[in-house]
Amino acid sequence: MAASTDTTAAPSSTLRNASGNILAFFILLLIGVLAFSIRLFSVIKYESVIHEFDPYFNYRVTQFLTKNGVYDFWNWFDDRTWYPLGRVIGGTVYPGLTLTAATMWKALHFLNIPLSVETVCVFTAPVFSAFAAWATYLLTKEVKGVGAGLTAAVLLAMVPSYISRSVAGSYDNEAVAIFALIFTFYLYIKTLNTGSLFYATLNSISYFYMVCSWGGYTFIINLIPMHVLLCIVTSRYSPRLYIAYAPLVVLGTLMAALVPVVGFNAVMTSEHFASFLVFIIIHVVALAYYIKGILSPKMFKVAATLVISVGLVVCCAVVAVLIAVVASSPTKGWSGRSLSLLDPTYASKYIPIIASVSEHQPPTWPSYFMDINVLAFLVPAGIIACFSPLSDASSFVILYIVMSVYFSGVMVRLMLVFAPAACIMSGVALSEAFDAFTRSIKFYAFQTGDTVSASTVSMENNVKEIEKKEESLKKRPSKKNKKKEKENVEKPLKKSQTEKRPLILPVEASVFALFLTVLLAAFYVVHSVWAAAEAYSAPSIVLTSHSRDGLHVFDDFREAYAWLSHNTHVDDKVASWWDYGYQTTAMANRTVIVDNNTWNNTHIATVGTAMSSPEKAAWEIFNSLDVKYVLVVFGGVVGYSSDDINKFLWMVRIGGGVFPHIKEPDYLRDGQYRIDSQATPTMLNSLMYKLSYYRFVETDGGKGYDRVRGTEIGKKYFKLTHFEEVFTTHHWMVRIYKLKPQKNRIRGKTKKSRSKTSSKGPTKTRTITKKNPWH
Amino acid sequence: MVKPATTKDDAHALFHSLRSAYSATPTNLKIIDLYVVFAVFTALIQVAYMAIVGSFPFNSFLSGVLSCVGTAVLAVCLRIQVNKENKEFKDLPPERAFADFVLCNLVLHLVIMNFLG
Repeated sequence: MAASTDTTAAPSSTLRNASGNILAFFILLLIGVLAFSIRLFSVIKYESVIHEFDPYFNYRVTQFLTKNGVYDFWNWFDDRTWYPLGRVIGGTVYPGLTLTAATMWKALHFLNIPLSVETVCVFTAPVFSAFAAWATYLLTKEVKGVGAGLTAAVLLAMVPSYISRSVAGSYDNEAVAIFALIFTFYLYIKTLNTGSLFYATLNSISYFYMVCSWGGYTFIINLIPMHVLLCIVTSRYSPRLYIAYAPLVVLGTLMAALVPVVGFNAVMTSEHFASFLVFIIIHVVALAYYIKGILSPKMFKVAATLVISVGLVVCCAVVAVLIAVVASSPTKGWSGRSLSLLDPTYASKYIPIIASVSEHQPPTWPSYFMDINVLAFLVPAGIIACFSPLSDASSFVILYIVMSVYFSGVMVRLMLVFAPAACIMSGVALSEAFDAFTRSIKFYAFQTGDTVSASTVSMENNVKEIEKKEESLKKRPSKKNKKKEKENVEKPLKKSQTEKRPLILPVEASVFALFLTVLLAAFYVVHSVWAAAEAYSAPSIVLTSHSRDGLHVFDDFREAYAWLSHNTHVDDKVASWWDYGYQTTAMANRTVIVDNNTWNNTHIATVGTAMSSPEKAAWEIFNSLDVKYVLVVFGGVVGYSSDDINKFLWMVRIGGGVFPHIKEPDYLRDGQYRIDSQATPTMLNSLMYKLSYYRFVETDGGKGYDRVRGTEIGKKYFKLTHFEEVFTTHHWMVRIYKLKPQKNRIRGKTKKSRSKTSSKGPTKTRTITKKNPWH
Repeated sequence: MVKPATTKDDAHALFHSLRSAYSATPTNLKIIDLYVVFAVFTALIQVAYMAIVGSFPFNSFLSGVLSCVGTAVLAVCLRIQVNKENKEFKDLPPERAFADFVLCNLVLHLVIMNFLG
């Protein structure tokens, strides 16, 4: 009886396995298509254009790469930015994204599909998000199984946090880096589960790709050593752990040092020391286990006491040397950005540039629900599901989510690293819930049939469960399973039945719970599609607003850059605040003074000081930098609130950080930032005020009402003495001014005395206009 | 008085038992161990050389030391996989383990060659 059921069970189970595999394959294909298409809203609503600021730089670099080849790109010194310093692009850019896009473009051209570089750049992110969903499937399959894998993949395909940084057009590092992150974690877990050196090699190569793509690779090289340490401390050390970790450290450090951006930082900065420390620790532990294996227990005790007494001395010496080396550097060897992650108040105290970027602010509570929605309360359920049973892979995922939750709380940009972990956990939770409900329904469905079939079914399930338990014993050894296997061998039938009973819910409850779970998933889908369509698809270079007479499109930025590229000389220098640097070099093709890379604080402070100074002082500063045109962004006419007047206090703070004559309280009246009649004279005389509000009263017939600040401006009628307006866009959003050339003749002594009386500020300002402002 | 003598005796006994236990390992594992010792020794010589001469082409020093350490680590991984006493790897054919070892070394040395400068 049992034999016949076995032989009929075997082919039906292989058929079930085969159909299950095909179903899983098609589901994965659909998940890829879903991930790609949900990111296309911006292309449909606006156009296929590159968004924001940073992607324009990446686009320009990709253009250069496709035109000039890899060697010129690797050695490129860009003299059209950070004038007069220039920037070594080859050594300061993470090349992964641009090399990937250029490779795809080359491959498509080889197949005679003539897509433009811009199209390839725009659609890189959706393609790689499909890959990231598949990588999530692979990772979660290693942790919990195929069902959890598929659920996690579909959750990642739609999670709004990831969509926000990978819509079509958002051509930024995170587009490929998140795929590399998940894939590296998958290969690490695969190596840990199988102990194969082949996967360890692949893991190192994938880590190399991650280092090429994003500065967030330090998260990987700190998380994996933490996990190894956790496994050692919880007595889960095994040879597979050594194979998974040790080659990764050596190969990974070497490959990280290959990338010019990282270079020798791979061995000299504190971000990597954790990996070296754990490397030493795992060798000590491996040696200890080996000696324990070949010695008798008594001898081992002797060896242990001897080693500990000697080893402690050596250890203290090494730690003392390390502390001396680390303490000698003022930042203890950490870079500024990493320090601001560990100590959230660091940036606001010491590096105002890092603090001023809006992506580096801590997130608010609502942003968690906006960005991961339903997953926010599925994650704790997933954590509990990972504990039963606890394997190496599930302990890794738990550590991943705990660390990423902490870092996402420090910086809103890192919600992106938290999103895959949340999807994995929620996938595990949802899949376990589905398992419990459908198992209850199946159990009751089979019980209503005849008792014979029920007993055969229970025997089949019994055989399958014993097989499964033996397999899982081989793959993921854990104490719980060992106990169950022993008991199963003794009393198969009874044990399986008594095991099954507590895991069955009443059938009405499970049907209702199933319906509620599907409803929850529906809420998630609706929210994700809404977020993708409404919240995260704006290209921010084209703005739209709905009004009574239809849709208004504000294309002022491109209008201004086109004017610049058509009406100025190729070698003219344009000064603006650093936000617009990348767009100006990419679209207007003019040399800029500062751009979004913000690597030189003093240079930015110079521009900030110029914007905060009165006209003559500003003219002197800009003239010394060979600037011809000044560009300001002004939102007062249309109500665009991210304009330069709103950013002006940051210009004052950054300028004041380097040039002490700029003091922030000079620009505030009673601690308040105002531009109306109550504003301070320093504010009303600053270049930024004048360039923003020049001729502003002509727009609304003399009132000068600023729609963003909500007040009438302070100084309404004034003339510019050192600048002349050359272009203002249709909605007054971008205003371009030209520096007036110096007068040829100075008429005798009267000119000198007139310049003395006309300078409005105190004596300090006058001495500054005579000398170089920064000596 | 008695204690130092017993620790000395213990050290001797430990040394002898270690020696006898180690001589029982099969020859192929001993060859791998010799290779590991050789690689580590080469790395130490390179570090001593750097201490004398200075670390100017730092990338060459780094790639040299890390190549020695890398092959040592990979050889230890090979030893783990080939050792008959490891229950976890008993159905892994030693040819597969060696092929993985060769592949990983190939990748390692490709990177080394690139980084040597």
